[in-house]
Amino acid sequence: MTKATLQALLSHWWRNPLQLFTLLAGLALATALWSGVQAVNAEARASYDAAAATLGEGQYDRLVRRDGQPIAQDTYVTLRRAGWLVSPVVQGRLNGVRIVGVEPLTAPSGIGPVAPQEGTDVVSFLTGDGQLFGTAETASRLPDYAFVITPEAAPGTAVTDIGVAQRLLGKPEQIDTLIVLPSQPMGRAALADVAPDLMRQSAQGGSDIARLTDSFHLNLTAFGLLSFAVGIFIVNGAIGLAFEQRRPVVRTLRALGVPLRRLIVLMGAELMLFALVAGVVGVALGYVIAALLLPDVAATLRGLYGADVSGNLQLRPVWWLSGLGIALGGTAIAACGALYQLAQMPLLAAAQPRALAMAAGRRARVQGQVALALLAIAGVLMFTANGLISGFVLHATLLIGAALALPLVLDRVLAGLSSLAKTMTAQWFWADTRQQLPGLSLALMALLLAMAANVGVSTMVSSFRLTFTDFLDQRLASELYVQVEDAAQSDALVAFAGPRTNAILPIQSTEVTIAGQTTEVFGTRDHATYRDNWVLLQAAASAWDSTFTNDTILINEQLSRRAGLDVGDLVQVQGQDFSIAGVYGDYGNPIGQAVIGEDVFAILFPDVIPQRFGLRMDPAAVPDFVKELEQATGIPAAQSVDQARIKAISLAIFERTFTVTTALNVLTLAVAGFAILMSLLTLATMRVPQLAPAWAMGMTRRQLGKLELLRAMMLAVLTAIVALPLGLALAWALLAVVNVAAFGWRLPMYLFPLDYVRLGLFALLAAALAALWPARRLARTPPADLLKVFSNER
Amino acid sequence: MNVRMLLLLCWMPVAMQAQGFAGLGTQAEGFSVPQPGPVFDFPTDHGPHNDYRIEWWYLTANLKAADGTEYGLQWTLFRSALAPEAGAGWTAPQLWMGHAAVTTPNDHYVSERFARGGIGQADVIAEPFAAWIDDWALQGDWATMQMRASGPEFAYDMALTAEGPLVFHGADGFSVKSAAGQASYYYSQPFFAIEGTLQLPDGDIAVTGNAWLDREWSSQPLADNQTGWDWFSLSFDDGAKLMGFRLQQTDGANFTSATWINPQGETTPYSDGALEAFPMAFNDADVPVRWQVTLPDKGVDVTVAAINDNAWMTTSVPYWEGPVTVSGSHSGVGYLEMTGYD
Repeated sequence: MTKATLQALLSHWWRNPLQLFTLLAGLALATALWSGVQAVNAEARASYDAAAATLGEGQYDRLVRRDGQPIAQDTYVTLRRAGWLVSPVVQGRLNGVRIVGVEPLTAPSGIGPVAPQEGTDVVSFLTGDGQLFGTAETASRLPDYAFVITPEAAPGTAVTDIGVAQRLLGKPEQIDTLIVLPSQPMGRAALADVAPDLMRQSAQGGSDIARLTDSFHLNLTAFGLLSFAVGIFIVNGAIGLAFEQRRPVVRTLRALGVPLRRLIVLMGAELMLFALVAGVVGVALGYVIAALLLPDVAATLRGLYGADVSGNLQLRPVWWLSGLGIALGGTAIAACGALYQLAQMPLLAAAQPRALAMAAGRRARVQGQVALALLAIAGVLMFTANGLISGFVLHATLLIGAALALPLVLDRVLAGLSSLAKTMTAQWFWADTRQQLPGLSLALMALLLAMAANVGVSTMVSSFRLTFTDFLDQRLASELYVQVEDAAQSDALVAFAGPRTNAILPIQSTEVTIAGQTTEVFGTRDHATYRDNWVLLQAAASAWDSTFTNDTILINEQLSRRAGLDVGDLVQVQGQDFSIAGVYGDYGNPIGQAVIGEDVFAILFPDVIPQRFGLRMDPAAVPDFVKELEQATGIPAAQSVDQARIKAISLAIFERTFTVTTALNVLTLAVAGFAILMSLLTLATMRVPQLAPAWAMGMTRRQLGKLELLRAMMLAVLTAIVALPLGLALAWALLAVVNVAAFGWRLPMYLFPLDYVRLGLFALLAAALAALWPARRLARTPPADLLKVFSNER
Repeated sequence: MNVRMLLLLCWMPVAMQAQGFAGLGTQAEGFSVPQPGPVFDFPTDHGPHNDYRIEWWYLTANLKAADGTEYGLQWTLFRSALAPEAGAGWTAPQLWMGHAAVTTPNDHYVSERFARGGIGQADVIAEPFAAWIDDWALQGDWATMQMRASGPEFAYDMALTAEGPLVFHGADGFSVKSAAGQASYYYSQPFFAIEGTLQLPDGDIAVTGNAWLDREWSSQPLADNQTGWDWFSLSFDDGAKLMGFRLQQTDGANFTSATWINPQGETTPYSDGALEAFPMAFNDADVPVRWQVTLPDKGVDVTVAAINDNAWMTTSVPYWEGPVTVSGSHSGVGYLEMTGYD
């Protein structure tokens, strides 16, 4: 009996291959988008982990020189001989590859070339020409060197012996950092007595790439989830339609004695099988998407954060399993309602030809109430959400509430428009559109979500870019930056630049602990550069004046939020009290930062000398100045950084970010367009009876086709109008709630009307493309088919 | 396994595991090999012999506190060469390893250090004599010496005074290690009086006692079929001393060697078979911590028992090394080292 039942059930799909295709394709596309984004994230994370493992980042304290210069190798030996168990590291770049030199005998275990294998030759690693450990891709970038291929190595990174690295990088007897081993001997001398020019950085203090890039990945994940939601709406539509259409079959089967339970189990199994097939296809597609996106994402991350991410994709079990899981889970969610209805259906409920539409109508009231309730929750959360979870709940309620409300809103709008209609044709058009709405509503919801996601993500990314470029302007206000190596160079620079520039701004900093938070404190010279360019989020009266006269301190937003410090609070720096005069935005920085006056900095930290100088001058004079500086003082041009160059680099990076965002936007819109196409095709055959009278009364098939196209575009425009505020609300939630909870700083939100218009046009295009084929089919329906409607009239 | 472990496997005669050691015996190419009839040249020979693969400065001491509690300490510096030359900078082919330990009746504190030669982090200079790795150091003129070492849970600072001459093992310092003729150069200063302070987690302890410093270098000290050894340095109450070792072979047989040192420092060498050593009791890890040691020629039939059964050196390549008491035909104290048991 099971076989016969299954045959009867499956026969539906053979007779409606388009529906089967919709179901499978929708699910596969949704899975593809989700798993593609996840693959990109997983790949990037794996890269960070490998990079962090290379040097045990976040695990070990480090010693660095206060002035940021390299540590002399003799200092390392002096420290070891004083009982300090430290291990030297030298780093640099060669042909774009990050070269990391470690000392394998003293390095903590788990650092550097973790697993020597075939081809590892201790003698040549330590004493010969050297061996480099890296991935095949890294090795191909340094063809002249002896590599041991290590697939698990961090991308773009070659690990080698410190002696070899010093030679390759031209840094003889130089060390960049010293890793402090966790276990230290008894009776060791104090650091200040052994190496007073070094300072200890806590494991958490340095730049932790993962925390910076988390922001980017959170956004990608949100995007992936939204894309999946879009897909699930398609699947839900396809399943709902299929179940409605199979009501007669179900009725007949039950009348023939098939138990309800078996029927439900079989239909559930059938769907899970489809989900599995679609999931596999989706994961494969996702792999393709990820492989296409990854190089751009990798370039973005490298540019934004200096994080090396492999441009090559690896198949990770976690990733493809989660892709399959989400396909099965999504199908289950989408099918639950339909199976429930099936279970509730009276045995002999009549098979209704337009059951879907009727059911939708009956459900409208409930749907409206649920939508209102969800939107109300979202409304409350807008004002109260303050954590990651409430941020995501806000997101979810907004999305689902808005999606559920969409058909009702459209219905009201169409009703309003219909009452304005003057001609008979117009009245029929509006009425026909309203009548079609239930069948299209799922596809329109998908379009709404896709557009809202695009508006939200575009707003967020663009706000991010604007904030960052503003921030770069603020931080890179000087026209030229010059790095000096020692006090002599510093004096030479000041003497040379004094008469040739408008201002010389020394940049000096050291690491301290303020209110329990690791903080980099800067000693800053009184100059309009800071007053004019730095944006204070909160400030007391004359905040800069009092800071420059050494009475107060300015702190960054991260420190303010983490330590709960506000303007007017007192903090201690090196034992001295400062009142907080202002809080400034400091985007992307993982640790606290503070600014005090130059004079008080010199008193508190007499050992710290400025290692960089900002020079204010006529931008046009910069190139000549750099040349003359090299000739006059011997400070190489490589130590001078032209602000225009930095900005050009930053902007190039953001362009790449946009490539990624645009690609994802196009993909989600394509999915939504596909949903519209499938809905229209499904409706097309059912609608012939409604169109035949219009044709019989004198409208040409061509006119009907045009109206069909117009209708799809009009609905798309209406959906776009609803999507805009929804997308903005989503962006706001991401920037103001989720970002703050996750990273401790709030991104200001900017609006980009032109982008939204362009997005609207894209949506319109997607809808038009989707409607084109059904419209053409309609325009070419043989008159005989239309005539048959009347002969078959029931 | 990291590079460090790999280094160790092609490294160490002390504490060498069978598989690790197998490479050592066959890799003497390019290195000098000990020859019979050595003529030592001091102080030069106190310094490193870079043309030999392996070498060590190995000091053990039996100590006693004012309250009668017995302690042991170890200070060891190993040199291992990747190539037979001194070299300079990071490419110098000399690698150094330090082991230090303090043994109490209940605890055993161990620390281990590694260093590359050529940069000054570890080295040995013959004149004026100084041997060091990191903050650990052994220096002086061999009549009086200072010695210090530290670990996470211990530190010590000791003064040594030689109360007798250097002694040479085997044939005038040419010590044969196997029937196949593998050998090393081997001399000792077993007559150091030692005093100083142990820093332990419970506080500082002033101690006195006697110390035994071994010097040995070679390029292929053991045969392929030798898997480890049991080494004894015993100081009897009557002033005589006995150095003996038993090399374990894969066929279950042993190769033994011994040096009898009278209170004046005059030696009598014994070749294979004269000294016998039998395990009598084992600790929880199946390491023999109680031995019967006999040297019938000198009427020696003693029981050697560990002061602390758990003197296990938890170093990269682990082994057992700790102070012992001696009873039976002679009484006294000493040190026991056992490898090849893990």
